[in-house]
Amino acid sequence: MIRTTPFHPRLAELSQTQMWGNWSGYLSAVRYDLSSKHEYFGVRNAAGFFDTSPLYKYWIRGRDAELLCSFAFARDVRTLKLGRAQYTIWCDDDGFIMEDGVLFRFASDEFLLTAAEPNMGYLKQLSRLYDVEIVDASEDYASLAIQGPRSRDILEVLTPDISSLRYFGFTETKIANTPVTISRTGFSGDLGYEVIIPVADALPVLDAILQAGHPHGLRPYGDEALGMTRIEAGLPLIGVEFNSSRYAWTPDDRFTPDELGLGWLLKGIEDDSRPFIGRDAILRERADGSSRWRTVGITVAWSDFYELFDSRGHLAVPDEIPVAWESMLYNANGKRIGYATSFMYSPILQCHIGIARVKPKYAEPGTDIYLEQTVNHEYINVRATVTTLPFYNPERKTA
Amino acid sequence: MSDTNSYDAIVIGGGHNGLTNAAYLAKAGKKVLVLEQRHLVGGAAITEELRPGFQFTTFSYALSLLRPEIIQELDLVRYGFMPLLMRSHFAPMENGDYFLLGPDTGLNRQEIARHSKADVDGMERFEHDTARVRQFIRPLFDSIPPNLFSDDPADADKMAWLLKHLGTGNKKVIHDTVRLLTGSIADFCDDYLESDIIKATICSAACVGIKLGPMSPGSGMNWLYLSMGEHDGIGGSWSFHKGGNGGFTQVLARAATAYGAEIRLDSHVDHLITEKGEVKGVALRDGTEFRAPVVVSSLDPRRTFLEIADPRELPADLVETIQRFRFQGVASKVNFALDGLPEYPALSGRADQYLGFINVAPTVEYMERAYDAAKYGWYSEHPYIDACIQSLVDPDMAPPGKHVMSCFVMYTPYELKGSTWQAERENMADRVQATLQGFFPNFNDLVLQREVVSPDIIEAKTGLSEGNIYAGEFFPHQMYFFRPAPGYSDYRTPIRGYYQCGSGTHPGGCVIGAPGRLASQQVLKDLGRAKA
Repeated sequence: MIRTTPFHPRLAELSQTQMWGNWSGYLSAVRYDLSSKHEYFGVRNAAGFFDTSPLYKYWIRGRDAELLCSFAFARDVRTLKLGRAQYTIWCDDDGFIMEDGVLFRFASDEFLLTAAEPNMGYLKQLSRLYDVEIVDASEDYASLAIQGPRSRDILEVLTPDISSLRYFGFTETKIANTPVTISRTGFSGDLGYEVIIPVADALPVLDAILQAGHPHGLRPYGDEALGMTRIEAGLPLIGVEFNSSRYAWTPDDRFTPDELGLGWLLKGIEDDSRPFIGRDAILRERADGSSRWRTVGITVAWSDFYELFDSRGHLAVPDEIPVAWESMLYNANGKRIGYATSFMYSPILQCHIGIARVKPKYAEPGTDIYLEQTVNHEYINVRATVTTLPFYNPERKTA
Repeated sequence: MSDTNSYDAIVIGGGHNGLTNAAYLAKAGKKVLVLEQRHLVGGAAITEELRPGFQFTTFSYALSLLRPEIIQELDLVRYGFMPLLMRSHFAPMENGDYFLLGPDTGLNRQEIARHSKADVDGMERFEHDTARVRQFIRPLFDSIPPNLFSDDPADADKMAWLLKHLGTGNKKVIHDTVRLLTGSIADFCDDYLESDIIKATICSAACVGIKLGPMSPGSGMNWLYLSMGEHDGIGGSWSFHKGGNGGFTQVLARAATAYGAEIRLDSHVDHLITEKGEVKGVALRDGTEFRAPVVVSSLDPRRTFLEIADPRELPADLVETIQRFRFQGVASKVNFALDGLPEYPALSGRADQYLGFINVAPTVEYMERAYDAAKYGWYSEHPYIDACIQSLVDPDMAPPGKHVMSCFVMYTPYELKGSTWQAERENMADRVQATLQGFFPNFNDLVLQREVVSPDIIEAKTGLSEGNIYAGEFFPHQMYFFRPAPGYSDYRTPIRGYYQCGSGTHPGGCVIGAPGRLASQQVLKDLGRAKA
């Protein structure tokens, strides 16, 4: 029997569709509304909440906690201050990305890692050489992302402590008399927060949030709307932009941080001597210029998309639901130069956008490339333009 | 006369078409001045805070027809363009039941079947056939109509293109097009549907803004016109712009300004300055003069030709055509600030039915009888109301937990027989409120404030003659080749350098922007020719 998250009784009441997917063995909403577009607008225009409870959560505690984290994770954790969180990745010895997650620093010797994939075995194995304790707390906490321009107004009603929370800061506070951790993080590219709640009190906290959110238009959103917002935010998703290198069958299924557009996480590695897994390979890749790919944004102009269909007698009806497959990319001569890993129509930006992997010489913003589409039962290439990421980055996200 | 008062082009009127036109001209590198008579831009597309925290869409209240080309070409997203799509279409019924369409096709089939099993595929055939008509006439919608009466070879080329395009339609599509253009929407619905509430829901869209009932020939054309809009490629879909339609015109003003146009508020243009049949500039009521070789009027045809221009400088046949051009506004707005949400007993506790148009038009006959009153110079005893609660979709429109409700009201003729709007305004609004109370039993208790905008107020505040929301009736003889007058459908006028870009030109009406855009193309083409 598939499991349900602690919020499920309330989420099931709120769902008009009862359309659930399976996230690590838990029911996870595809969408609550009859149309995920309206959930998406809820996030961009008011506030939405997404049940992230199926995330894996690990405590990393002990004298060597920082040492272990600085070795296991590619981003330097030594600069992470108390009450701050950081997005991070971990690589294999060949410098390929295994997975990503968010690391919270609760104390000098205490961290919490949240990740989409299970990592208890890996962390335990690494920890053998260190004075640390790894605790799988995945089932101890429910978690909820509250995202959108009204998210601060809603949470402030419940706990004024969050008013001054900076981007990627977190605080331990209370909602409905329950101790919770609230971080200013999320996967929407917008102003937003995530709340980590002890499982036993998850429902009363959700109810308090729902009550505070009602006059602000707070609504639940599911996986489809999550996908739309994260593509606009240019955030890579495991299983879509990349897969864990440890389960890859071919070199084509492994990617380095620079190839995945995450080189910025490795700021300063050339200048220090911090040992971490993958370091030597990444430095070698940089020295040799041997990156095979660059990750870029692509956009398709409305007029080109319209013409693609109109000239063939079809109505051009763009779809905001991210396509579930990769779309091939070509240069002007018809030579394959990469592929889009994510592609969708952005209602906010009023054009198609995608996250794509291209050969480095095609990565310059403004470059014209061609995206393969199926129209009228034929493969037809439509012009696309290389852009930087993210596509959507409102000031309020970090302000 | 200082250089600072000299421009390449002056646009009269800061409504959405004037701003669109100015933005295009400025983007093309012209030094452009927009003159707006009021203290804010937007014309009939404004949002006003009449009560702290409550944003009223005084006149125009929803978006659909705006051409996607304009969004793209003027890069409006950069300046804040944000349409919030309507999710539902709700029609309460006199027996307490309702018809509710939402975003899910499967569920809509179920809802239609509740009223008529035959209408499930009837509706789908209706939608497909009308979508094909839209696809067929769209190229005519988004191009400058050929001047039928010109000897310019460019017009002959355009006529050849038009005839060729008409030749591409198959016989069913062409016949459906003619049925819609010439017939009544009620007849057209009868060919597909049997449920009265479903027919009424479709017919209601045909009755917006024109002095015709659903059974009148010509109402089919208005239905087709109002279905020509789209959002994200979904034909006939509507949205609320963030911050109301005033939020949208603010986006246009930001874009126009960013492209270099100058907008001057509180500047009421009194007349054109002309010399030997050429425009030289304009003079304001306060006597200030601005010079430009191009002046574009976004005002309606009556003001463009008979007030701003001196009709004695115009051909007599044009003056006569404009004098008999029909305005005869019939629409009003009654806008409410509400303390909470109206309750519909059959959907008690639910609010998702209010995320789009709320159509108080329970039967086709109800609307036709509402229209009957207007024929004889009075307003409807039981008005057709197109309501929407924008604050439910856009929380910035009202304080948390409170709401604004915009009610578009038909039929309220500009000229009342034996009375005035000053005398009848509140009586009319009382009928609107009583009608709403009849469907939503808690309505009266919710009302915090009411704003009544009758046709005389529309005229006084926006300058739209007789309060016609389309800047001129949608009659076949006032459309396409003939909007606003035969021989002047290409945005030019007999006065050299004087152009039109208002909703009284093709394909004007609603918040569409196309007249502003197409007129800018004509102006720029003529300027290019003059240079060559």
